[in-house]
Parts: sequence; C-alpha cells; structure tokens
Amino acid sequence: MSLTADQVRNVARLARLGLDDDQIAEYAGELSNILDVVASLEKADTTDVEPMAHPLDLAARLRADRAVPVTDRDDFQAIAPATAEGVYLVPKVIE
Amino acid sequence: MAWETVIGLEVHIQLATQSKIFSTAPTAYGAEPNTQASAVDIALPGVLPVINANVIRMATLFGLAIDADIAPTSVFARKHYFYPDLPKGYQISQFELPIVANGHLDIVLGDGAEKRVGITRAHLEEDAGKSLHEAFDRETGIDLNRAGTPLVECVSEPDMRSAAEAVAYARKLHALVQYLGICDGNMQEGSFRVDANVSVRPVGSSEFGTRTETKNVNSFRFLEKAIEFEVERQIDVLESGGTVVQETRLYDPDADETRSMRSKEEAHDYRYFPDPDLLPVVIDEAFVESARADLPELPDAKRERFVAAYGVGTEDAVALTQSRVLADYFEATVAAVGGDAKTHGKPAANWIMGDLSGALNRDGLTIADSPVSAAQLGGLIARVADNTISGKIGKDVFEALFKGEGESADAIIEDRGLKQITDTGAIEGFVDQVIADNPDQVQQYLDGKTKIVGFLVGQVMKASKGKANPKEVNQMLVAKLDAL
Amino acid sequence: MSHDRSIRDMVAAVAAGKTSAAELTTHYLDRIAAHDETLNTLISGCADTARERAVAIDAGAAADTPLAGLPIAHKDIFCMRGTRTSCGSRMLDNFVAPYDATVVERLAAAGTVTLGKTNMDEFAMGSSNETSFYGPVRNPWNTDYVPGGSSGGSAAAVAAGLVPAATGTDTGGSIRQPAALCGVTGIKPTYGRVSRYGMIAFASSLDQGGCFARSADDCAHVLQAMAGFDERDSTCVEREVPDYVGALDAQGDDYLKGMRVGLPKEYFAEGLDDASRQVIDAAIAEFEARGAEIVEITLPHTELAVSTYYVLAPAEASSNLARFDGVRYGYRCENPVDLEDLYTRSRGEGFGREVQRRIMVGAYVLSAGYYDAYYLKAQKTRRLIAQDFTNAFENVDLIAAPVTQAPAFKLGEKLDDPVSMYLNDVYTLPASLAGLPGMSVPAGFVDGLPVGLQLLAPWFEEARLLGAAHAYQQTTDWHTKRPAGFE
Repeated sequence: MSLTADQVRNVARLARLGLDDDQIAEYAGELSNILDVVASLEKADTTDVEPMAHPLDLAARLRADRAVPVTDRDDFQAIAPATAEGVYLVPKVIE
Repeated sequence: MAWETVIGLEVHIQLATQSKIFSTAPTAYGAEPNTQASAVDIALPGVLPVINANVIRMATLFGLAIDADIAPTSVFARKHYFYPDLPKGYQISQFELPIVANGHLDIVLGDGAEKRVGITRAHLEEDAGKSLHEAFDRETGIDLNRAGTPLVECVSEPDMRSAAEAVAYARKLHALVQYLGICDGNMQEGSFRVDANVSVRPVGSSEFGTRTETKNVNSFRFLEKAIEFEVERQIDVLESGGTVVQETRLYDPDADETRSMRSKEEAHDYRYFPDPDLLPVVIDEAFVESARADLPELPDAKRERFVAAYGVGTEDAVALTQSRVLADYFEATVAAVGGDAKTHGKPAANWIMGDLSGALNRDGLTIADSPVSAAQLGGLIARVADNTISGKIGKDVFEALFKGEGESADAIIEDRGLKQITDTGAIEGFVDQVIADNPDQVQQYLDGKTKIVGFLVGQVMKASKGKANPKEVNQMLVAKLDAL
Repeated sequence: MSHDRSIRDMVAAVAAGKTSAAELTTHYLDRIAAHDETLNTLISGCADTARERAVAIDAGAAADTPLAGLPIAHKDIFCMRGTRTSCGSRMLDNFVAPYDATVVERLAAAGTVTLGKTNMDEFAMGSSNETSFYGPVRNPWNTDYVPGGSSGGSAAAVAAGLVPAATGTDTGGSIRQPAALCGVTGIKPTYGRVSRYGMIAFASSLDQGGCFARSADDCAHVLQAMAGFDERDSTCVEREVPDYVGALDAQGDDYLKGMRVGLPKEYFAEGLDDASRQVIDAAIAEFEARGAEIVEITLPHTELAVSTYYVLAPAEASSNLARFDGVRYGYRCENPVDLEDLYTRSRGEGFGREVQRRIMVGAYVLSAGYYDAYYLKAQKTRRLIAQDFTNAFENVDLIAAPVTQAPAFKLGEKLDDPVSMYLNDVYTLPASLAGLPGMSVPAGFVDGLPVGLQLLAPWFEEARLLGAAHAYQQTTDWHTKRPAGFE
C-alpha cells in the first residue's frame, strides 16, 4: 500500500503535525511499509465476528452525581505556558 | 415559482446535574474562570472519564417523554478536531449507538391544527469550554469551566415547514425539558441552544435543497427572524440563478441577518471511534420502568386536565402550563381558595395571567420569585368570591400583598377596614343620603335618563369609601328611585 | 550485599529494626551514582526527597505498611506530583505533574521510597528504549546492546541492582520483553487489574501497569500494593485482589504437579532462533520434571496479531496524544504566529519520529473511508485472537512460550527499520490484545545475553502465574544472576 506525499500531507494535517517536504517524503515510505504489514488483515475471515473494543465484556460503571469543588486551579495554571487572569492564552482566533 | 421551506432543528440541552458528565467538577453557571475545571476537564496527561449516573437517568426521562426508543446498549465515541476550547482534542459524544432514537413532539399550530415533528435521535455529549476573543489584545482566552458540562443533543427530522412551526417546536421542547426537571431552560446562559438547518425547494419536489446551518440563536424571537431571513435569502439566490452554498451561518440580531461564518475549509473528518476509556452503557427494562415511574405529568396531559378540572378554556390552559412552576402555582392558588375548583379556576387564571403577571413583569421577576404566594393569592380570591370585598378593592389588596405590606388578604382587609358593606341597613343609609343630596340627578332619572344611576352609584361608593357592595347599591337605588 | 536480598527479607529487616530505611536508600542511591551515567536508566533522580522520606520512615512514618522502607523507581509514565513526568518525550520535558497516579499513591501508602523516574521509549512506543528524548538505556549485560522497551529503564535498573523493584507498563510487551532482555522477572497483570489513572495513556484498551523485580515473590509483594479497584478508572475492575504474597508463602513443593502447561505451536515455529529455543526447551523440561503436564496447543490466529495491534494501538495513540497541543501544559513552540502554527510546530517539534509515525498511522486508519477496512476489521480479528486463548484455556491451566525470537540486539541495529522492530513483538502482542496476564521469567543465556520464558494465564489468574514462576525459581537460579560489574 503506497502512500503519496499528498496523502501524507493530509494525514499530517489531520494530526496537526508540522512537517517539511523532506520529512513528508521519508514518512511516505515508512508509513507505506507499515500499512503493508497491516494489509494482511484483509485476508482474515471475520464473517459474523463481533468487534472487540475491550478484553472484558463489561458494562459501564456509573458514578453518583456529587460535585467536588476544584481547589487546584493555581497548581494547574502554574505549569501552563501562558495564562492571564485565570484563563489560558492562545494566539488570537478569528471566528 | 412557489417555494417550500424545510427546517430541521438541532437543540443542545444542558442537563441540570450537580457535577459534569465525566468529571466531578461542579456545573453551576458564572464561576470565576477555570475554578470549575478539574484535572479531567483540563485533560491533563493520565486522567480518565467516569460517567455520571444522573446523566443517564435524565436522558432516559427525556427519551420517554418524547415517546422514543431507549437503546439497551449505547456507546460513547470520540469526535476529533483541534480547537483550544476542546482540551482533549476530541469531544466525547455518541455516534452510531445513541441513547435515544425515534421519538416525536406534537405541536399546535396557529390555526389550532396539530402536527407531529419527528425526532431522529437524542444523544449525550460533553460541552466545550469558552473562548474569550474580546478580552485580550492579540490573544484569545480559554475558560474551561463549561468543558464537560453534560448535553443532550436533540436532532429533529426535517419536518417543519415554516419559521412559526420551528418556533412552536422549540418552545414545546423548551417547556418539556423544564417540566422534566432536566434543564433550567435559561437561554441567556446557554442552557438551551438552537441551531436551525434551513433549505428551500420548489413546491411539489420530493428532493431536499441544499441546507445551511444557522447557529447562535438565543431567543425564540431571533429564531423566527433568523429562519425567515435565511429562507428569503436562499430563495433570492436560487431565483437569480445561483446555488445555495452548504455552510454554517451566524444570526446577527442587530442587523437582522444571517452571515456566513469564516468558511470551514474542508468538511471535518471527525474520525469517530468508540471511546476505549469507557465501557458500553447498558440500560435494562427495570431501569427504564423506574424512570417511567419518575416521569412527572407532562404539559399536554396537564393542559387537558386543567380544562376538565378547572373550567378554564384551552387558551388559558396553554398559558398556565407554559412552565411547571406556573402550573403548580395555579393549582396551589385554586386549592387555597377552597371550595369547588371548577368555580374558582377561571378567576384564578385571570388573576394570575392578569394582575400577577403584570406586576411580575413590571418588576422584572419570574413566577418563582413572586412576592405573593399561591396561598396569599388564593386567600384574596376567596374574599372576592365571598363578597367580603369587591373586585376593585381586591386589586388594592393585591398591590399591598405584592409590596409585602401584609401577611394575608385577611390581615390587610382587617387592618385597613376594607370589608365590603353588605348590610342592607347600612347601605340604605348611604343611598338615602345620596338621593337626598342629589336632587338634580334624581330628577334626571325620573325624567327618563336612567343611565344617571351610575353617577349616583358612584356617589354612594364615595360616601361609603368604596366599601359598599356596588351591585346591592345599584339594586337598592333603582328600587328606591322607581318607587319615587 | 544488600541488593541481593529479597523484598520479603528487606522489609522484614526494616520492620524489625535490623536495617534502617536510610541505609537501604543510601545503598541504592550510591549504586545509581556509580552506574547510571553509563546505563542511563533514570530520567529524573529523587535523591533528596528519597532521603527525607527514608528518615521519616525510620521515625515511624510508615509503621505497619507492607513495604515500609523499600526503595522503588517509577517508569516516567506515571504522574508523580511535584516531579517532572516526561514520558520520555520533549513534549513533557517541562511537565511537573500536579497530581499522583493511583499506582504512585498506593505504593507510597505501602511505605516505599521513590528513588527516581525511569527512562522509557517516548510515550511507550518502542521495544528498545532508543526513542527516548533522554537518550537510550544500555543493557547492563552488555552495554552495546538494548535493554528492550518501552520500560527499558525500569528493567535495566533492576537488573543492575540500582533498585530492588520498579514499575512499568505493558501495552504490546513493554514489561515482558525488557524483562526477558535484561534477565529480570516482570509481570503484566490482566487488563483492568491495576488502575490506569495517572498512567499517561498510549493505547487505552491495551495499556496495563505492572512491575519488575528479581523474583516472582518480589513481584508478588509489589503487585499486591498496586492492584485493585479505583473509582477514577472506568476500565478498572471491581474485583477482590487475592493474597498473592500469602499464597506464595503457603505454596508447597508440589505446586506444579498436574499443572497442564500448553505450548502454542505457532510460537515455536520458524522465526524463533535456535539458541533461544534451546533455553526455552530446557525451562519447559524443568516444569515437566516438577510434575507439569506439557500439552501442545494451537493459537491459530497468532499471525494476525502484529497487523491487528499496529492498527488498534496507533489509532488509540493518535487520539490520546491529541491533547498535547502547547495550550495548557507541556512543550510550546517559540512565538507562534497563530493557532495553527501553535499546534503544528508544538507537535512537530515536541514529538519524536516514532511517535509521529504512529500518530499518522492512527489518524489514517481512523479516517473517513478507511475505518471499516482497518479499525473495525482489527477489532474483529482481536476477538478471534482472544477466542483462541479462551479455547486453549479449556484444556490447559497455563501457557508457556518464548518472549522474543532472539536475545537483545545492538543499539542502533533496528532503528532504520521500524517494521522489523514491530515484527519482534509477535510473541507478546497476542496476550495484550486478549487482555491476559503474563510474566517473563529469566530462563537462561545465549552468548551472555538473557533469555526469558513467557507464562500466560487466564484473566485474573495472576496468582497462578506467580505460583508457577515461584515454583520454577525454587529449583533454578537464573533469576539470581547479576551482570558482570554489577554484583
């Protein structure tokens, strides 16, 4: 399964990975090799087989609706790249 | 060319739980930025979601109230996109297996006709945080308090054919979620958000036209205007030979127009897959039946019962059942009057929709904040009904109660000596005095100008400081004058 | 030398006042100082807080706790409050965790002393500990060779006697494989046995926390403190934790008698190198000598494991790593001009190559048009693989197999060929996909490099794994060997 540079660009875009053209070319080869390995899945007969999302066939455990106050805002913001007046800052987004 | 409008609504209903859908942080509105964002809400490395049981319960109640199927197994899925108010880089939502599907809401149109609007699905998801674009110079601020608040996204079938129908549907849904106690309905605070999918097509066509999605409509009035604008705009485009672009638009209430949002370059590839940090939600019969037992009386049933039990008309019943709080207030008022509910229903309705409503609006209050309790109002109505005071005096007593000048109608009547005079002897005294003091008007009456009796009644009322029973005064005056 | 004592003996000595926590801590800190420059097993040392903690324990702070005074190291994937938790990545080089992972909390509550955070493949993606931002870890048995991965630092530190025990995580073999390559005992519990809260996620439906130590008995002591229900992890199971330590205490010499041990023929086919095979055969012979019944079994869908895993794990990883965007913590690029620039450069610069590769594979297999053919398909083959084990366990109590096809390889040997690195995982991936518990137990050497025996048991039968390994370690001494220079 051979990926083109454009396909790699699209996937890098989906994942917000900034790659230059050299990297894109290298990854195209590597990703193609990996997808070759994965291609063998096609041959498996999975008629009537239920997908397995988890090893354990269990149902969700639900928790009681009790609010716990948040006391760590300062600790959380102390490790942030940019904050002001209690909010996280990012470059201005134009809507 | 005759055009038909096709509308579907997607409504985001914020559930009124104590804690968020996947974290234990509080959900109250208006807190200082990021003081209600826990480690889970901020998406620190290593944190995990745990489902709030009350969210499942509320979604089930909703599904039952719209006559929908409750999925025995439903799955949370990750919906991926990058935006700073979405900390994980994905929203936990539901995709292939939503908790509720195939419901409907019956609406009443202007001409009284009923219409059934289908509801395709209602699924659970978490709300995103807030982006603050104005507060900072060249930056945007992110507040994650809202991130993780539980939402039900309710998607209707494209069954509505006019802005009026859309508004009727939205209003009904709005009342319903409050009735169920699952949402506070506060549109200003974003608890109930409506997106309108609008398209047009030639009448008779069975194909759908290209639709646009209009967001940011936070009142029913704006919803109506936004849809109307959009319909006209699309018709203009098509009639001048253009094509409608599938896009998201924002309604600007100041300019009364919809505008295209910065176009989202490519359609999002959300890469949905079942969230591996969560297991499937299993709902058994017992759970559904227990939720069903918890369902309150819904608006339609309540409306019908009011008409039957309280002798009020449909229009009044619709107005009184707009909200559960109002409906409960009405019933408590009638109960406080005592006696036959059917007799006192209409007067109670009039007082509530008239004087009380007016006073609340004047002071910017809601029924929930009413300074006059149902018990107090009921007491007042009882005193008018049993003739202790006239209706006119009743309005004064009402104002006094509203201003907190007395604990009950009885107390105020007592304090101010407002009791209506019904004693024939006392009234006779006033009537005789007025006849004696107003010979000209008496003569006019005798000469055939019977309407002058109104003036004389007024004089008696004045003399009695408004306390004489006007009906009795009128009867007695006419009798005495005729006997002259 | 106190670094050859069992955990059982060490904690008993501390409890009896015969050894102090301070002495133990100093002993291991000295060994770290002497050797870790070469081996590079630690990303962050916690010497100062460790000494303080040991002093407090000697003053009675952890009285009556099962592991009071035991020095330990945590894989740098477990969040530890106030400490850099890097996950082996530049992306989290500046991340000082504001909270403790459940595993860290529980081991601290059990009385342990944390000496440091161990090196690992970046975001747990790798089998050689060569993708770490902090440089590779060297195998103490031969420092030109890899220790295995992704928990290479933990395995090497235990092998070299720098700590008596270390935590690790296993998603596709990341405990079992480095344990085998470093000649130590490692256990990966059943999926859902140990809480994942605070354990930075790679592949959520596969990740599981476990530990390394020098024997099954040692591992039992550590696992006992780690395992159990945690309400903060929805995938953590509400199931009582058996008394692993007590069971080993009470275990008789005839534990293996009558135990049916299955050998999956697919794991003994071509690909397994001859020398390693001989080591494994000898280990199996020992089991047989102790009374076990050896049965040939088949796990027919084994050949689908690599492709299944390399769809599911990258898919989940691409999603779990989407939160690393330079906004709330972690690496942020310099002077981002707009939001897109912030994302693409922070992630482009913060993540290493292997991580970027897997993120892209993951995004690709989940993208529109490919989901059914890849992701959904892989979930189905996953069930087939799990079903193989369920069927096998109807006839056997344990499964024994090699861990790897060959012993450790040289540093740099497989870096240019990610696929050949992936194919190495063929014996460990299936049990991960099925969520089964597994161990690697030292079984011998090939050219001076360790070889491990893999043991697998049905879900939640960790006690059986530990019992079998313990029995094997009563009559063999591979697990007691030390690399030259680390005695």
